[in-house]
This record gives sequence, C-alpha cells and structure tokens, in this order.
Amino acid sequence: MVGIMGMANDSTKKTLFVALALCLACSVVVATAAVVLKPLQISNQAYDRKLNILRAANLYQPDMDVEAVYAERVEARIVDLNTGEYVEDIDPATFDPREAERNPELSERVPPKMDIANIKSRAIYSPVFLIQDGEALETIVLPVHGYGLWSTLYGFLALEPDTRTVAGLKFYEHAETPGLGGEIDNAEWLEQWRGKVIYDDEWEPNIRVIKGTVNPDNPDAVYQVDGLAGATLTSRGVMYLMQYWVSEEGFGPYLARLRNQGDTTSG
Amino acid sequence: MDKLETRRVLMEPLVDNNPITLQILGICSALAVTTNMATSLTMSLAVVAVTACSSAAIAAIRHHIPSSIRIIVQMTIIASLVIVVDQILRAFAFEISKQLSVFVGLIITNCIVLGRAEAYAMKAAPWPSFLDGLGNGLGYGLILMSVGFVRELFGSGSLFGIQILPLLSEGGWYYPNGLLLLPPSAFFLIGLIIWAIRTWKPRQVEKPEYQIHAVHRTEVT
Repeated sequence: MVGIMGMANDSTKKTLFVALALCLACSVVVATAAVVLKPLQISNQAYDRKLNILRAANLYQPDMDVEAVYAERVEARIVDLNTGEYVEDIDPATFDPREAERNPELSERVPPKMDIANIKSRAIYSPVFLIQDGEALETIVLPVHGYGLWSTLYGFLALEPDTRTVAGLKFYEHAETPGLGGEIDNAEWLEQWRGKVIYDDEWEPNIRVIKGTVNPDNPDAVYQVDGLAGATLTSRGVMYLMQYWVSEEGFGPYLARLRNQGDTTSG
Repeated sequence: MDKLETRRVLMEPLVDNNPITLQILGICSALAVTTNMATSLTMSLAVVAVTACSSAAIAAIRHHIPSSIRIIVQMTIIASLVIVVDQILRAFAFEISKQLSVFVGLIITNCIVLGRAEAYAMKAAPWPSFLDGLGNGLGYGLILMSVGFVRELFGSGSLFGIQILPLLSEGGWYYPNGLLLLPPSAFFLIGLIIWAIRTWKPRQVEKPEYQIHAVHRTEVT
C-alpha cells in the first residue's frame, strides 16, 4: 500500500491502483446513499402516486390531506386484463405492477403488431382505482404507460362511468426534454383532454393527437387533441399509449364488462 | 491561509469573477431552473454542495492523481457527489426534485464544477479548495437567485410560492408577464445583469476580438 502510494504517479501500476481505489470509494459512497435513503424515496413515490390519482380524477385541491381523501374516496382493485374480471386474491396495497411486468410468470409478451405503446411485455394483472360517489361510480382511474421519445411515460387516465369520456389525465413519471416533450405535464394541455372521447361508436379506440390545433367545428373534434409544438414524437407516444391501454390488449375487456354489466356499485 | 486570502477566495467569485457573468459558464441550467425561487434555491444549494465537496476531495488526493486519467478521476468524484445530492433531494424534497428533473443530474456536466477542479483544486490544499468551490457555487447561486427573483415575482406575482402581487385572474391588479416563465427571458435577464456588472466594473469588459474594418471610399470598386 505504502509502496504503491510512493510510486511515480504515471506508472501503470499506480494508475490502475488509483482508478480501482477511486471506483471502490465512490461506489461505496453512492451505494450507501442509495440504500439509506431508499425507504424515504419509496414512501415519497407512494404519496406522489396517490396525489396524481386524485389529480387525474379532479379531486385534488391545494392544501388537502392527500392520504385521508385517498383513503376515503379511492378504492384500489386488481383486474385480470385478459378476462377483464376482478381478482380477489391479490392485495392491491402490495401489488407492484412494474415488478409484475418484469416477472415472466405474471406478464405476457405483447405481440409486436399490437405493441403500439412500445412496452414489449405487459403484466397480466393491473390495479384500477375506483372513485365512488355514495353508491354510484364517479370515476375510473387506470394506470397507463408507454414510450415517448426518450423515456417511458407513466400516468393515470381517468374515465367517466360511461367508460369512453376522459375525465382527466396526468403523468407522474417521465424523462422527456423539459420545455418540449416535458410539456406533457403542462396543466393547460392536460386540461384539453377532459371531455374527449376515446372510443368511436363501434367501441374501437379512436383518440388522436393531431399536429397543430383542433378545429372545434370538425365533427371529429371530440376524438382529437392538440399536439405539443416541438414534441411530435412525445405527443405520438401519448396517443399510442392511450390507444393501447383502452384496446383489447389493455383495459378493453375490463371496460366492456363494466359498461355491459352496469355493475358499477359492487365494492 | 490568512484571513485576507480566505476572504478573496470566497468573495471574488460573487461579483469580480462570477462564473456566470464573467466566465459565462453554467448558462444552460441557469435558464432552465429559474422560473421560481424554490427551484433556484434548491439548484444553488445542490451546486454549492457539489463544487465545494468535489474541490475538497480532489485537492485531498491531488498528489496521487495520475495525469493520464486526471479528468476521469475528477469526473468520477463529481458524478458520485451529484448522485448523492440527487438521492438526498428525492428523499427530502421530492416535489422540487421532480421539477428540477434532469438538471440535478446535469450538474455533472456543469463547467463550473470541472473548471474549479482543474483551475484550483489540482493545485491547492483541501481547505482553500473547499472555500473556492463554496465561493464559486455561491456566485452561481447569487445569479440564479436574482434571475429567479425577477422571473417569479413578475412572471407569477409570487416569491417562494407566496403571492406578493395579487393577480388579475384572482381579483387583484397585476397582469403577469408570461414571457418571464419561458426560458428565453432568463437570457435577457442574465444579459442585463452582465451589462450592469460591466458598467459598474469596467475592468470586466473584454477587448473586442476583431476590429471591424472601416472601409475607405477608395477601396470600393
């Protein structure tokens, strides 16, 4: 040790030694920080998710007690995406959709033709969040994700009980370029999704993000949303992930069951 | 290191040798994170912590850094510190860390940090290097906070999220200037600050690199 430290700085041995020692020291520092702070970060993320579910469902008000309102209004349930039925033996509180997506036993490969949202594999089960107003269902919040330009966009899509009208949309995690693709967080842009219709009359997904501004006189205006200037690929990513998650591959079967049964009260 | 030297190392980067206004470094993040005071302050603190600690760490091992991997060693130390700062922000200031998005990570590429490592920490002892990093971080922070102050006050009528000028849309009298919320406004503000500082301290004015050639009448064909 002392021998190496005393060597000439530019000898190969010392260069290798310094590089190795530095890497070790730095990785210990970084790993310690990551491990020690992990529990706090996880609880922050959980809180953030609840906050964004409330935002998507238009229940959020500044200074509200997010945990209390969430506990009171939101009911999380697990859905089998293939059958569209509720699954009772998985606890929504402990189910981690992202881990399920990576687990081959809990996920399926998305056929490349169908994979418009570019997610490769999809978990068989997904949580859904139901917001009840007394006995009646007020809003259905669906977790959605898909690839934008640089990153996977994670968000929540809130639908009216008719399962076709958008009640709200909010993204909570992405790494798009701030100011361009990052504008998917822009409240004004998200606001114009409200009231848009995602299915056409044949119940085919028919929501589009178009270039430029939607002409309100166009009969298709309810199916169209303005694209983000300077973020064509991110806008397209949002369009495809919306189309994907309401299609047969995504929540299609579940939403169909929901509206056919009218079974919106069973808690 | 005597008191005068400490003062010089710490104070000089604030105005006389400010990394943003004199050296024109770190402009990218100065444009991006200054829409409000909370993000400006957080970013300033993050950069102060990284420059100060990385300079001290590099100075501590400066006699053992092989020159062939000098920059890589510096970058490794800086990058590790930035990751630690990012992790801390995510644990204790989650909302702000989301607003700062990629810009915390981009402190790694902030020329101020590497510039201080190369220009000062490689030649000085850890304590003065720490102070030098601290001073330069504060110089960066000072400009960030000034720009953030103007942008938030006149762009949203508030400071640190507290409404100062009542907005017209909420029944007040102030009509906010939307341009100030967009990145280009920071360009104008930093330009104005540079102008003001160079008027106050003409020594900072650079000599023009080219003299524009005055065309004489006889040269025109």
